[in-house]
Amino acid sequence: MAGLKLTNVEKTYGGNVNVLKNINLDINPGELVVFVGPSGCGKSTLLRMIAGLEKITGGSLEIDGQYVNDMPPAQRGIAMVFQSYALYPHMTVRDNMAFALKLAKKTPAEIDEAISKAARVLQLEEYLDRLPKALSGGQRQRVAIGRAIVRDPKVYLFDEPLSNLDAALRVATRIEIAQLKEAMPDSTMVYVTHDQVEAMTLATRIVVLANKGIAQVGTPLDLYERPENEFVAQFIGSPAMNLLAGEIVETGEVTTVRTFEGNGTFQANIPTRAEDKGLKVNVGIRPEDLVATDNESYAFADTVSIVEALGEVTQLYFEPPRPEEDTDTVIAKLPGIHKDLRGKELKLTAAPSKVHLFSNGQSLLYR
Amino acid sequence: MHPAILGILTIALGVGACVSYFFLSNLFLDKVLFPPRGPNAGRNINRANLIRPWLFLFPALFVLGLYLAYPVFATLWLSVTERTSSGNVWVGFENYAQMLGEEKFWEAMRNNMLWLIVVPAASTGFGLLAAQLTDRISWGNIAKSLIFMPMAISFVGAAVIWKLIYDTRPEGTDQIGLLNALYLFFGGDAPQTWLTLPFWNNFFLMAVLVWIQTGFAMVILSAALRGIPEETVEAAIVDGANPFQVFFKIKVPQIMGTIVVVWTTITIIVLKVFDIVFAMTNGQWETQVLANYMYDKMFRANDWGVGSASAMIIMLLVTPILVWNVRNARKEMR
Repeated sequence: MAGLKLTNVEKTYGGNVNVLKNINLDINPGELVVFVGPSGCGKSTLLRMIAGLEKITGGSLEIDGQYVNDMPPAQRGIAMVFQSYALYPHMTVRDNMAFALKLAKKTPAEIDEAISKAARVLQLEEYLDRLPKALSGGQRQRVAIGRAIVRDPKVYLFDEPLSNLDAALRVATRIEIAQLKEAMPDSTMVYVTHDQVEAMTLATRIVVLANKGIAQVGTPLDLYERPENEFVAQFIGSPAMNLLAGEIVETGEVTTVRTFEGNGTFQANIPTRAEDKGLKVNVGIRPEDLVATDNESYAFADTVSIVEALGEVTQLYFEPPRPEEDTDTVIAKLPGIHKDLRGKELKLTAAPSKVHLFSNGQSLLYR
Repeated sequence: MHPAILGILTIALGVGACVSYFFLSNLFLDKVLFPPRGPNAGRNINRANLIRPWLFLFPALFVLGLYLAYPVFATLWLSVTERTSSGNVWVGFENYAQMLGEEKFWEAMRNNMLWLIVVPAASTGFGLLAAQLTDRISWGNIAKSLIFMPMAISFVGAAVIWKLIYDTRPEGTDQIGLLNALYLFFGGDAPQTWLTLPFWNNFFLMAVLVWIQTGFAMVILSAALRGIPEETVEAAIVDGANPFQVFFKIKVPQIMGTIVVVWTTITIIVLKVFDIVFAMTNGQWETQVLANYMYDKMFRANDWGVGSASAMIIMLLVTPILVWNVRNARKEMR
């Protein structure tokens, strides 16, 4: 049972190149926290700083209440699973798993016990005497996890462990990791990925990283239902949330808004203050929350330009309302099959509980 | 004619002849022999393409045959014959028997084995050390260039340089030899004639080859070290390995194949070592090696039989290592 505490952690290269700054994060014992973000946002760097492979240039890192900034990786009580597995190619599966234990001067009996236990959990018993090159991708991944398990670390670190696997295997291994976590409810895990499905399915909490800092921390459904800012709103969920320019018409417990592309007004279940009246906002509606309507009031109306029938849902693409202003294409996701909508004009709106409001990129919900 | 002009002319003629050979032979193949025209155009193209590789291979095969394959068989023949005024006479293994009875031959064998153990080990070891140490420092590339530089010097040139290092002047005069200067500086009583100290002088000669070959080993091993996936090293660090354990338990095993290739390549060079011994001691003071022994017999004693026999021994020793070397190199490339 060990938690992590990051206080004002920052990473600079050469004194002036800022990669990460003001990272404040508490990870509770037994949590599986996923770092997610676009490439280059520093999520792997942050993980490597926790591991001790990158120097922490500012702030403090505590593992299990102990300040570990200057502690070498091996003493931090962490184990890491690398993206490329990083198995030692000249050692058998058994020796790969035993390496850390031998270095820690464990007795042969202890080593054997730890290995056979891990091999049983990961179904590697038949492969213990093979070299990594004789294993499939999924098996190699399990050995890499096994190498972490035998050390019985306080914190497990996963650096995009599934990105080298093919699609089918990725789903299977993702479920295995979820089961592994369930079997070890006390172990704390930090998991880095750029795949939001992995993040949504595995995490107890997700940390979205962007612009050198943390954009939002929350449970997967928090992030989906109540994004703090436009970045998180558009990063979580696929296709990304539609943002429509509009303004606040009436304030109160429930806010009445109108969009410039739409007609009339509609409501959002977001409280606003009296001085917000007339505020220019971005109205966010997820593609799956847009519904066709015949009402006089609607949020958006346009001609359907592309229809993607996926079977369970149909994705409709609308031409950007004002192409000259470089606005995003609006996408709607309707349940069922609608193949005949191409070229038709459609009016769309959303239920008040599904409407998000952003001003200056920040959600009005979190003021 | 001035030798420089002669040299340039030779180069121009040689290169011109090579280019025109490839150009004209291909032209002949495509225009005259199998022209891609007429009723059999397709068949002709296929046939021309079957022959083309051999056009390119022919010069190399011809020269290899003339200067490598033929001499091997000629030497084999010479080693079992005796040269007389009336031509070569079959003598069976008499030359070999004579050679095996000579003390100098066994001295050469013993010294060659010494060279065989010391030089590849030292060169590979120093090369590996240099490769690892120069990898992470800012002036590593300069250091590497300096260590590699002796590779550009011919063995005879290197031998002359090192002969000066081992040089001895009469007692009381200034020592120009570096080793004697150091020896006297650190309290030696009289200048030593290093190259005449039996047994130890072998190592003074070996130092020259180690000096040359370390650069070669370093360059190859440095490339191999860089090919090691960085993540395996990081995994080892997370696993708690210290720098020595990372080097010996993670890095070295992963480049073992390359180490073997470097080692065997140097072994082959060592078995053929001639120039250094020839230029520094000429096999005196118990420093004889097989290649110099062969040269002695063949061109000084004019004993073609024994000379060829010793050449066959060298080839016999080199061949298995060569085969192993080529195999390992191929395995590395896969």
